[in-house]
Amino acid sequence: MTSGNTRTNDFVLKIATVNGTGSASANGLLMKALFRMGIPVTGKNMFPSNIQGLPTWYEIRASQEGYNARTGRVDVMVAMNAQTYSKDLAEVSHGGYLIYDSTWPRDEQLSRDGVSVLGIPLSKMVNEHFEGSRVRTLMKNIAYVGALCALMEIDREIVRTLLEETFAAKPKLVEPNFKAVTLGYDYAREHFDCPLPVCAGKMDATAGKILIEGNAAAALGCLYAGATVGAWYPITPSTSVMDAFQGFCDKYRKDPETGENRFCIVQAEDELAAAGMVVGAGWAGARAFTPTSGPGISLMSEFIGFAYYTEIPAVFFDIQRVGPSTGMPTRTQQCDVMLAAFASHGDTRHPVLFPSDPKECFELAVSAFDLAERLQTPVFVLSDLDIGMNDWMVDELQWDDAYRPDRGKVLTDADLAEIKHFHRFRDVDGDGIAYRTLPGSDRKGSYFVRGSGHNQYGGYTEDADEYRQVVDRLKLKWESARGLVPGALERKAPSRTDIGIIAFGSSHGATLEALDRLAADGVAVDYLRLRAFPFGDEVEAFLKAHRTVFVLEQNRDAQMRSLLKIELDADPQKLISILHYNGLPVTSEMIIERIGDYIRQEAVA
Amino acid sequence: MSYIAKPKVSWAGQERNSLGLTLADYEGGLSTLCAGCGHDSITAALVRGFWELGLEPEQVIKLSGIGCSSKTPAYFLSGAHGFNSVHGRMPSVATGAQAARRDLIAVGISGDGDSLSIGFGQFAHAVRRNLNVLYIIENNGVYGLTKGQFSASADPGSKAKKGAANRNQAIDPVATAITLGGSFAARSFSGDKKQLVPLIKAGLMHPGCAVIDVVSPCVTFNDHEGSTKSYAWTRQHLHATVEADYVPPSTEIQVDYDDGAHTDVNLHDGSVLRLKKTDPDYDPSNRAGALDFLEAHRARAEVVTGLLYIDPDLPTFHDIAGTSKQPLTQHEFEDLSPGADALAELQKGLR
Repeated sequence: MTSGNTRTNDFVLKIATVNGTGSASANGLLMKALFRMGIPVTGKNMFPSNIQGLPTWYEIRASQEGYNARTGRVDVMVAMNAQTYSKDLAEVSHGGYLIYDSTWPRDEQLSRDGVSVLGIPLSKMVNEHFEGSRVRTLMKNIAYVGALCALMEIDREIVRTLLEETFAAKPKLVEPNFKAVTLGYDYAREHFDCPLPVCAGKMDATAGKILIEGNAAAALGCLYAGATVGAWYPITPSTSVMDAFQGFCDKYRKDPETGENRFCIVQAEDELAAAGMVVGAGWAGARAFTPTSGPGISLMSEFIGFAYYTEIPAVFFDIQRVGPSTGMPTRTQQCDVMLAAFASHGDTRHPVLFPSDPKECFELAVSAFDLAERLQTPVFVLSDLDIGMNDWMVDELQWDDAYRPDRGKVLTDADLAEIKHFHRFRDVDGDGIAYRTLPGSDRKGSYFVRGSGHNQYGGYTEDADEYRQVVDRLKLKWESARGLVPGALERKAPSRTDIGIIAFGSSHGATLEALDRLAADGVAVDYLRLRAFPFGDEVEAFLKAHRTVFVLEQNRDAQMRSLLKIELDADPQKLISILHYNGLPVTSEMIIERIGDYIRQEAVA
Repeated sequence: MSYIAKPKVSWAGQERNSLGLTLADYEGGLSTLCAGCGHDSITAALVRGFWELGLEPEQVIKLSGIGCSSKTPAYFLSGAHGFNSVHGRMPSVATGAQAARRDLIAVGISGDGDSLSIGFGQFAHAVRRNLNVLYIIENNGVYGLTKGQFSASADPGSKAKKGAANRNQAIDPVATAITLGGSFAARSFSGDKKQLVPLIKAGLMHPGCAVIDVVSPCVTFNDHEGSTKSYAWTRQHLHATVEADYVPPSTEIQVDYDDGAHTDVNLHDGSVLRLKKTDPDYDPSNRAGALDFLEAHRARAEVVTGLLYIDPDLPTFHDIAGTSKQPLTQHEFEDLSPGADALAELQKGLR
């Protein structure tokens, strides 16, 4: 057995398989078993835009310190895909392990110094004990789970319990699955020194935590916010938002007596229509949303500009994927910052919220509906594939039963009776937000929505002053939005520093880890995490207070840096980009390197 | 587009409907369309239809896309909320609004450019979803606002004002609606108010998507010789087939079956669509027959009008979605948001 540093509850386990073979359930089993052992875990699924037959990877990070980012390290690789074997071997960190299916001979050249290669005849064992090609394929995956239980001291009893839960409806499947676990387990115990120095050990760091995907959490947010209309067109990686919403609605929104739905989900013919449906429902007074990704926002831009100008609430979830164009649909990026902020032609701008994990997908989904109705405008929740489709460990979601939706300025029939005239686009309160009425209300409150020029009374206009009056008020409304959106959060470095970093969204975890490690090396960096656009005063203050501000984002063109430059009075010289845009979630190592390099260069200069 | 309110004049002895409202109560702003525009006749027919049915103006939502036709919702029912959306996208907005407020009566006004070109997809999907909407296409074969380009409904051979003949095939919205599985497909002529008003009433009361293609001549760009969408050409080639009228529930039905030309179609609320057939053999419940009929008359350059296809039993948008009878906006928040305990319970499965 190779010696190596002992790493208990601090490792990255990566599994390379072929998609469509059922490996997702095996990998989920591993991740959940570690979680139930009380160890903080994160799973990152790196999958192809394909249904069957292409390489796919699943990376599980266990971190007793609770870090959830990718690190760039791989301690144990399970190389089940011959096609990617050499690449997978190359990725293993020095001192690491590679497990492969030794049923078939392996080229002796496929070895590497510093990496221990462990062969387990998974297919052979499974073929001897199971019939049918599909079952064998599935059981081969379960068998590597068993082997890892032995090699990494993952609690086999927890795995058994998880299998019992998974197959609660089909209990007959528990025994064969556990048999496959045992096959792998026994083989590893017999042939290798178990456990490896890289292994798991029970701890107590997951109490009060859950494992959830951002898309499911966002759907829960829509459910709890009282959204009733969801319109969508299927697109990776946003599809699971609506799948989850449908599931939650089926459970919580069916009338117990009549079976009637207190929701309406429409699978639209395209994203243009999905946006139109959301706008129509928002106009009629329902909380409505659409989940999509960048290509969908491109199509929806027509209605987004319309809703901005006609002041109709709507919530858009953009689960970002790699662009431009079709790009890489199953890879992650933060590449729609500019698109979301200014979607559509003419002078348009939209509030954008940046959740950093699934918990915030839940919370900011609720905020998005309140903001959309308060501000009578489209609001974006800018998530991404990493947050949306991966299981993250987060604090249990909380709900305050005292919450009531902020419906904004809506006049009821009783309100209408009190006023002489209703003027849809007139600023009565001086905050840039006019009162609206809903269809079906008294005819005194009727008005005509139009995307063409309109005056403050709601009438059609081509008059220069009347036009300006309305768009200037929209600008004033934007100023009101600045005070309503969630503010940026600052985390001070342990010691005084004039270096800062700005990050947002799924870069948060990697940033936290990088800053901790840098601080341990004596590099102090203050951190401001953006949670929304428009930026509040705190963002400008942070820029002013620091000599150098790194702007970390997952796109090529430094979109957030541009937005900061456009919106704030900041010296562009001090905004130093850290860009990551290869489609994989950003690693903490990369951030440490980039900040370290910059500081060293500066010291030389 | 005008928002100049028409002066409302009252006089003694003015005709009032079941709600005590006059025709003027169903009007909107002054039309800014060209004098003689077919669309204004359709507006008048709509006003009449709503008035005769005795619907509360605020129980109606009126939606449109972009183009001359789409301006018209501003000219009727000023007491109803109106929505002039973007080009070709009226159906999606109507879908969302209907999803939220199924109790409101939706009327969508579109044109041939709006529904058969830029919005062909949305038109098609509103029909196949059987959305609860009266969908009127004011069809004149040209783009008026951009000064006379052919639209997708222009017949091959039909001539533009400057003489050039259209060489592309025409899309017939009625045949299209039938092939898409539409539940109500009709055609009329803006100059035939006698036929149009009852048809509008039937369409408003039809539970699903009622498509009425109304040939509505453009006096400025498409009313010349050589055009197949002119007043003169349409009048000459008109072939009325099935007239439809709406009979409210609890009205005593007196049917004269003797001439074999009347058929009653029962709606679920107890009301009746009364069909009067000019072609006694025509069966508006026969999808293939309707398409054959349209095709045969198209070949003879005839404009077939009337209610050409109807299936009142086809499941509507809300039937399919299972939406609650109570409009979605009217539910108490407690009935929508499951609460803290449910969230805690749900999260037990996430560990």
